[in-house]
Amino acid sequence: MSAVKRAAWEERPTVAGKATKGAAIVVIALLVLFPLYTIALTSLSSSETVNRVGGLVVWPGDGITFDAYEQMFRNPVVLRSLIVSLAITAVGTVVSVVVSVLGAYSLSRPGSFGHKTILFSVLMMFVVFPGLIPVYLWVSAIGLRDNYLAIILPMAVSAFNVVVLRAFFMSIPQELFDAARIDGAGEFRVLWQIVAPLSKAVISVVTLFYAVAYWNNWFNAFLYLDDTSKWPLALVLRTYVVESAPLPQASGLSNAPPTLAVKMAIVMIAIVPALIIYPFVQKHFKKGVIIGAVKG
Amino acid sequence: MTAPTVESPAAKAGDAPKRAVKPKVHWRTRLRRDWPLLLMAAPMMILVWGFWWIPTLGNVVAFQDYKPYTGGIFGSRLVGFTHFQMLFSDPEFMRAMVNTLSITAFQLVFYFPVPIMLALLMHSLVSAKLRSLLQSVVYLPYFFSWVLVIAIFQQMLGGAGLLNQLLRAGGFEGVDWMTDPDTFLLLVTSQAIWKDAGFGAIIFLAALAAIDPNLYEAAAVDGAGRWRRLWHITLPGIRPVIVLLLILRLGDALNVGFEQFFLQRSAVGSQASEVFDTFVYYSGIRTGDFDYGAAAGLFKGVVGLVLILAANKAAHMMGERGVYSKS
Repeated sequence: MSAVKRAAWEERPTVAGKATKGAAIVVIALLVLFPLYTIALTSLSSSETVNRVGGLVVWPGDGITFDAYEQMFRNPVVLRSLIVSLAITAVGTVVSVVVSVLGAYSLSRPGSFGHKTILFSVLMMFVVFPGLIPVYLWVSAIGLRDNYLAIILPMAVSAFNVVVLRAFFMSIPQELFDAARIDGAGEFRVLWQIVAPLSKAVISVVTLFYAVAYWNNWFNAFLYLDDTSKWPLALVLRTYVVESAPLPQASGLSNAPPTLAVKMAIVMIAIVPALIIYPFVQKHFKKGVIIGAVKG
Repeated sequence: MTAPTVESPAAKAGDAPKRAVKPKVHWRTRLRRDWPLLLMAAPMMILVWGFWWIPTLGNVVAFQDYKPYTGGIFGSRLVGFTHFQMLFSDPEFMRAMVNTLSITAFQLVFYFPVPIMLALLMHSLVSAKLRSLLQSVVYLPYFFSWVLVIAIFQQMLGGAGLLNQLLRAGGFEGVDWMTDPDTFLLLVTSQAIWKDAGFGAIIFLAALAAIDPNLYEAAAVDGAGRWRRLWHITLPGIRPVIVLLLILRLGDALNVGFEQFFLQRSAVGSQASEVFDTFVYYSGIRTGDFDYGAAAGLFKGVVGLVLILAANKAAHMMGERGVYSKS
């Protein structure tokens, strides 16, 4: 007996139906997981193995080595870019989440002073875009070239995330706020002691979205950072792995084009943070945090 | 102690029209009451205005003979619609437009149904554990960057990739999908499916979960088999969501994404991969014709805005909420 619950009126599944569905699931899962598996395995293989196979390593059994990772971390460009990426992601995410939560809370109170104007300037971000050139000219004009703020500030507020947070805040029963206010709590107290604890799920989803956006961003760095030593990992990945260019300013050992194993090690490093944080947050997707918020 | 609140406890975005009936509170009273809220909104407003709306005003350069060093935005001569006229006689711009629209059309047919089918498959799984596992797997690539996705596709389908490794080992000739302009549409669509289709299924899953299970039971009792239930209950049940997303996609027809095409432009060539956004980058920033690039961007923005508004209107007319119902 399987542990599944099927309604009394539902037909037993046919063998063919079960087989088709099973095959579909296996194929879909493989399409996602197999590339990750073989990339991970290659990054853990010795250069002899990679050379013998002549590309990605599919079969395990040639032993595992961390040579590629060691080589990667010995490369000052990669190591520095990793630190840069971690720092940008950490700082940017904190700034974005704090700013968005505060802003969304203030927007969750219709009828307050300036509410319509503020809401309008956020909602219009869904339909009117400044365009690449004006932003580029502006960010360059205010002197943010070669400054990490040029990466963070233009993407610090996502209208989508603000709207998701706001919708959730508005769904909290207003009686809670009224009770707190009668007890003399100010807006900051209400946000910190009532709203924030109730909104852990939606705030963690928004945090994930921001963190992923910062971690993945390379284009702002590409546009505004002329100094290659300031590059984040995503831009190194693009240059080193996708374009197969020799790394800038890589002296001595790293002038040679990277070996496949090292390339795959860089890919893995770029993937790993998502893999680590994802399990903690993904349960909220299934609970429909976002959907509920978007529809509400 | 607290100032009298005007909003009813259940004040929601939906009952905005009713607010007119409420007693009017003097703005100074409201300011005195709401200043903490304004303080909270201030950082967000500074960023939104400083990096969104002020640059938006910068679109005037599209109407200027913009001289970045000698004139700047305030010292450059206005030239009216010259750049826009030039755009329409520029074969590269036309190609970007044709490419963008054909990618949208192709993906409407070959990408759009995939999240729906995925959602139907996941919804039909009776075992909650299996469904949850599959969801975790298919949502994952959504969080990868395009750089990563393209790096992964290179390793799988590229000239030195796994597929070619296998082909050559089997004595066949290799094919480099990553540089072939003829199959580029197919390539970018598979990449989009691999990256985003799983996460795109979420909204359909939510719609599926909202269908009243009693309908299925009643239909089954009346003798409807699983396919008839799919056709007469499931699909009509999620039709509003499908229609809404379809309309929204049409409203977003000029947006096919930037990074995916920018990253593959050098490998495939601009003939196949030039889209609006890459055209703006190459004509504006790369060649330094900021005014011309801005004109291309502004054209795309304005047409896009009209399309979105029209799509939203259509959604409202079909009784849907649209993206930005009057909240």
